[in-house]
Amino acid sequence: MSADVSVKDPAARAARLRRVAWYQQPRVKRLGAMLALGVVLTMMVGEQGNTRDIFYSLETSFTGVNLWVCVGLAVAIWAVREFAGASVSKAAGSAVAAGRALPVDRVRTLLRTQPKLKWALVVAGLLLALFAPYNLTGYWQTVLVDQVATYALLAIGLNVVIGWAGLLDLGFVAFFAVGAYSAAFWTGALPVDPPVVLNNFLVIPVAVLTCLIAGVLLGAPTLRLRGDYLAIVTLGFHEIVYIVAKNADGFTGGSAGARQIPKFSAFGYEWGLERMPYWYLLVTVIVVLIIVFVRLEHSRVGRAWTAIREDEVAAAANGVDTVRFKLMAFAIGASTSGIAGVVYASKVGYFNPENFVILNSILVLAYVIFGGMGSIPGVLIGAAILVWLPEVLRDYVDPSDRYMYLGALLVVMMIYRPQGVWPSRRRQRELKMAEEGLGDADAMSEPVGGKV
Amino acid sequence: MSLNEFWDYLVLGVVLGSIYAVIAIGYTLVYGVLQLINFAHSEVFMLGAYGGLISLTIIAPGDSPSALASVGYVALGLAAGGLFGAVTAYGLEKVAYRPLRRRGAPRLIFLITAIGASFFLYNLAGKLFGRDPLPMPDAYENKKVFTLFGADLNVTQLLLLGAAVVMMIGLDLMVNRTKLGSGIRAVSQDAEVAGLMGVDIDKVISRTFVIGGVLGGAAGYLYGTFTQVKFDMGFIPGITAFAAAVVGGIGNIRGAMLGGMMLGVVETLTVPVFGGEWRHVGAFVVLIGVLMFRPTGILGERVGRTA
Repeated sequence: MSADVSVKDPAARAARLRRVAWYQQPRVKRLGAMLALGVVLTMMVGEQGNTRDIFYSLETSFTGVNLWVCVGLAVAIWAVREFAGASVSKAAGSAVAAGRALPVDRVRTLLRTQPKLKWALVVAGLLLALFAPYNLTGYWQTVLVDQVATYALLAIGLNVVIGWAGLLDLGFVAFFAVGAYSAAFWTGALPVDPPVVLNNFLVIPVAVLTCLIAGVLLGAPTLRLRGDYLAIVTLGFHEIVYIVAKNADGFTGGSAGARQIPKFSAFGYEWGLERMPYWYLLVTVIVVLIIVFVRLEHSRVGRAWTAIREDEVAAAANGVDTVRFKLMAFAIGASTSGIAGVVYASKVGYFNPENFVILNSILVLAYVIFGGMGSIPGVLIGAAILVWLPEVLRDYVDPSDRYMYLGALLVVMMIYRPQGVWPSRRRQRELKMAEEGLGDADAMSEPVGGKV
Repeated sequence: MSLNEFWDYLVLGVVLGSIYAVIAIGYTLVYGVLQLINFAHSEVFMLGAYGGLISLTIIAPGDSPSALASVGYVALGLAAGGLFGAVTAYGLEKVAYRPLRRRGAPRLIFLITAIGASFFLYNLAGKLFGRDPLPMPDAYENKKVFTLFGADLNVTQLLLLGAAVVMMIGLDLMVNRTKLGSGIRAVSQDAEVAGLMGVDIDKVISRTFVIGGVLGGAAGYLYGTFTQVKFDMGFIPGITAFAAAVVGGIGNIRGAMLGGMMLGVVETLTVPVFGGEWRHVGAFVVLIGVLMFRPTGILGERVGRTA
């Protein structure tokens, strides 16, 4: 009888409706999330699996001590955040909210107020780049030239496309491949003989032109469409370039690739097998391109890119030819990638299609995002750190797991610091404004007037 | 190519196309409610294949199971694939999409998060289960059932086609007839207004991911019986199915089915004409061609929507 009474009592009925089941309480839900995180962490740090016994890795992870350590850690974090209190979470929360508390941001504020310091830093960085590599071991010199410098160059190119024009290009390394194959073709290293054998320096403009044409041909039909179509079309283009490189044996040499690509030479000097001459060549190319691109960023073209990125509709309404400028960014990015391809091909002297897999496109994208879209120091830092990190990780974790950590890093980065390590101030503000519902911060939305 | 060969390849193409169609539905559903490409959907597919593989390895069907047992094993494989796919898709939405959606992050950020998640998942699968391809344990004897226009149809082909068609019909009914289906349609037409009308947007989005995940995971199991299971098996079917969704008109479920069938047939017919190594090129050429002449896809018609 008493149950009936309570149901009839309006206050009790309202309380019944408001009551949340124990498993739906936020605190319990957060515990569940942390437990899941602990389990994933256990799998991440477990042993390598093998195909003879697919349960091997799971079994060892979930019966060993790892499970308890990881889950315990997750529960401990949960407990500290929930119970130990306001003080800890408030301190952490305000540090994150302020954003200024991070040392990187403090340094940047200092540099902004002290232009002389900024130039001093640039000069110091350049001097370091010129002389410090002599102290490195041979292995690290190779890493520096073959990977850091090459990928920094690629990242600078992709930064134009994604950081300034706000277009997602997932096939960037395809243009790198086009550049490398151009170099091999025009120096006579492919099965097909070129009409004239060119010096490597002369190949650069030819490769730039080839990539420019390829970029325009690919971009022209797709840049008029919705922005995210570009992502898939570039991904598909990459796959096509890779398959052609691998299968057109008569022209590209197939999976054997191209070999004995001549070294750069000018006025009787030849860039031999030494690493440092190539390092200086790459540094020169990078510095020249940075100067050109910084000038471009502050020119009419750069302002048009900014306008398209921030609000495509408004830009078009103000007379910016959005398709033309997007195409321009796409083509400039592609040709930078082509230059990198020529230098890389000649430095390594031998390459095959496996140097241009889709993974590499994603890696370059990760460098730009990690460093900070739209900021040249940012992408240089991003490329340097993310190339260096896997090389160091080689000593600590299984080499084949490195990209798993990289993927996790990308996700965490996007959730907690989408602007990257060293973002451009403008980009940072745009992201913040977009979160408040003002503008776009990318050119991914429906284009204006481009629809049929 | 003789006529017999043509029918053989056509049957193969339709079978492959039905798998692409089921995966493409996952892309198109998520695109409908979020206006975003779920780049990690290919990993949902891949983990579904591992789900089927794991369950069938535990149960271990014998060499020649009876007909009834075969049905049970296949159902188990499909269910396990669907479960793995659903859990993966649900987790993805929670971890990679919801925090960004709360903050109203730009679309670029979503795409990059999804790429990161995809990268993480397939490398994790490679670590857990080894990086070499594995055959799916046989749940039935793969023999010839009947001959159609000179093309032999075997059990695998009929199973793939039948399961895919059943899933597509079921999904179509669900979207058009149930309450959740009308919620999904409401959110894809206008999320804000749907919210004002009392639709719980978060719940609808989360369930949309789960539905796409079930279909993707089950398709993963089917594809695994057709070929092999490998940690990076999701990539090519994933981008082909995405291309299929775009070709059919993204956001349009029947368009995704049509596009999937079309790309499957094109891809398979590329093999006898140009050679097996060119098969993945065909789909992208079709994609670029369709986008040039019909930017909203074959069945895509909602031109006025700002996305």
